[in-house]
Amino acid sequence: MSRHVLSLLVEDKPGILTRVAALFARRGFNIESLAVGTTEVEGLSRITVVVGVEGAPLEQVTKQLNKLINVIKVVELEADQAVQRDHMLIKVRTDASTRSAVLEAVTLFRARVIDVVSDALIIEVTGDTAKCAAFIKVLEPFGIKELVQSGVLAMGRGSKSITEKVLK
Amino acid sequence: MANEVLTGAAAIIRSLEMLGIEHVFGLPGGAILPTYDPLMDSKKIRHILVRHEQGAGHAAEGYASASGRLGVCIATSGPGATNLVTAIADAYMDSVPLLAITGQVGSKLIGTDAFQEADIVGITMPITKHSFLVTKAEDIPETIAAAVMIATTGRPGPVLVDITKDAQQGKAEFVWPPKVELAGYKPVTKPHGKQIQAAAQMIAESKKPVLYVGGGVVRAGAHKELLKLAELINAPVVTTLMARGAFPDSHKQNLGMPGMHGTVPAVTALQKADLLITLGARFDDRVTGDVKSFAPGAKVIHVDIDPAEIGKIRFADVPIVGDAKEVITELNAELPAALKSAKPDLKEWWSFIDGLVERYPLGYTSAGDGKLSPQHVIERIGELSGPEAIYAAGVGQHQMWSAQFIKYERPNAWLNSGGAGTMGYSVPAAMGAKVGQPDRLVWAIDGDGCFQMTNQELATCSINNIPIKVAIINNSSLGMVRQWQTLFYNERYSNTDLHTGTDALMIPDFVKLAEAYGCLAIRVEKEEEIDAAIKLAIATNDRPVVIDFIVSRDAMVWPMVAAGLSNDEVQYARDAAPIWDGVE
Repeated sequence: MSRHVLSLLVEDKPGILTRVAALFARRGFNIESLAVGTTEVEGLSRITVVVGVEGAPLEQVTKQLNKLINVIKVVELEADQAVQRDHMLIKVRTDASTRSAVLEAVTLFRARVIDVVSDALIIEVTGDTAKCAAFIKVLEPFGIKELVQSGVLAMGRGSKSITEKVLK
Repeated sequence: MANEVLTGAAAIIRSLEMLGIEHVFGLPGGAILPTYDPLMDSKKIRHILVRHEQGAGHAAEGYASASGRLGVCIATSGPGATNLVTAIADAYMDSVPLLAITGQVGSKLIGTDAFQEADIVGITMPITKHSFLVTKAEDIPETIAAAVMIATTGRPGPVLVDITKDAQQGKAEFVWPPKVELAGYKPVTKPHGKQIQAAAQMIAESKKPVLYVGGGVVRAGAHKELLKLAELINAPVVTTLMARGAFPDSHKQNLGMPGMHGTVPAVTALQKADLLITLGARFDDRVTGDVKSFAPGAKVIHVDIDPAEIGKIRFADVPIVGDAKEVITELNAELPAALKSAKPDLKEWWSFIDGLVERYPLGYTSAGDGKLSPQHVIERIGELSGPEAIYAAGVGQHQMWSAQFIKYERPNAWLNSGGAGTMGYSVPAAMGAKVGQPDRLVWAIDGDGCFQMTNQELATCSINNIPIKVAIINNSSLGMVRQWQTLFYNERYSNTDLHTGTDALMIPDFVKLAEAYGCLAIRVEKEEEIDAAIKLAIATNDRPVVIDFIVSRDAMVWPMVAAGLSNDEVQYARDAAPIWDGVE
């Protein structure tokens, strides 16, 4: 299975997320992560999809996505030419004896503590998928009570913008 | 001058009028009622009231396929809309330009499980080219114009517009023409010049080319250009189920239909070719058989207006995205230069193919049970009606025989449900075709199984003076399924007996049924009655005609490539495979 990050520029119309997600399901492609939000241009949204591809080539899914009327542009963001970030919130069990060790890990990974109670911390971390996975591994022995993460966000490096040509 | 203020309902009708729509097929109900009121006053639009919404959908398809124009159907919310689903899916598979307008419950009621509420936009998402939900009167003209544009341009297909009852009842200024902005929709019709050159070069170098012609050529209206191309390069032509008529059957280069029930020459030419010039075809599994062993020695030029079709099933050495008509025109312009440097010698290729044509013509033997040969019946319908007629088939054995034994000389004469394989397509499709092409003789060639799915539209035909001819190829069973049971399930006939034959329970009696619908009904059981019945049907135009042809249930469709097998294993008849001497 190969993993690809696709960035979709779409019109902000009702049902667009359903259309995109349903297309992946119908054509037999597996969505690993999904992030949706508005862009700097009113009326346009951006969907970042991490897709696991097995068998049929990625080309088929991008071509099918391009056929959706509300999809304006589909770009594959290659790892070396794009920045990719995961965003995670992790609730970790802590007490007086473990707190300083957890905080040390937080510093090492350049994460942040955003909520503190006597027996737990909520930590926020951003980074690429590998870094976030490594951070979780470090925290696991302390006891992760809850974990939530965004889909991968990705953007091409350099000064060019995905919306440029679209807006003429 | 200020714009006229119209209700949303009136705006729907006015928009359709402005877009040149002359016929719509539909059936009213609560959520679409507001629209049926101004429809009654329209001088430009003829509405044909069907008996089931599926009939409206297939009628619109038949109308579109026969005339090349957009087909339009209307239904109410909930079950009205869901009854359109089969026809919409059918249009999607066969790239038929179809506009489906459905009423929806009031926008405030959406999501409350209101009476006759169904999420038809959600239901049809995977089977429409696009769909719209309209909740405001002022959005109606723009949406309908956009829907028609999407349905009829690029690769044609069905578009659904779901309009809430309050949008129909609301009022707004009617602005025409509306501004249609579709940032994400820019179909490519003009091919890339370099690709045309590459294709021309490849054609010039090929020793064993085949023109593999699909339904895209029919939809693009590219048959004249195709004829020119074929004669320019002298390649054999195969026309898929969707493309029958795209190239004249009387032309000596036409090998007929490829695929599961294709002719031996067509199937074999593809297998042995060194180049497939693929025009508006999509390497459907019914054409390729086992894909890995399909045309193993062939390079592929693949022309399609839908980029997603190219490389989907088979790698294309020269992919060309574009409208078939534009592509073939450019190819025809490019080829003379390429052929000058390397005029291919196809003598050996043709002598191989001619041998196949001579040894393996399409044919049939009489079944030996005293009943009619279905192939003979269908052949006579074709011969007595001629190439200017329109033939709409259902799905199954009779469909394959109609594709094989009727000679097609022009596009849009052959209508059928190719991709979806929708039983019940034929009667309503023939009805729609007759409305679109009233001066043509229109046949529905149907099976006894298919006919029982949509024959209620005979009422529509009788009442609205749409005199179609229906030939029921009555073998008293679900014939194609039965054929598979004969061949692959040890002749165990599980649930395929329909008891419609004259030696069975004869339920229903098709003659009585047709008479009840106001049709002229004829039963034919003897060979010598066939011609007279067909001629009487052709001569009768004051009402629809139904002929119940009692045919043998043991007749089978040959040749055949069993599902999943390689096309190399085509069977000419049962237990008779072609002999490949002198191949390669």
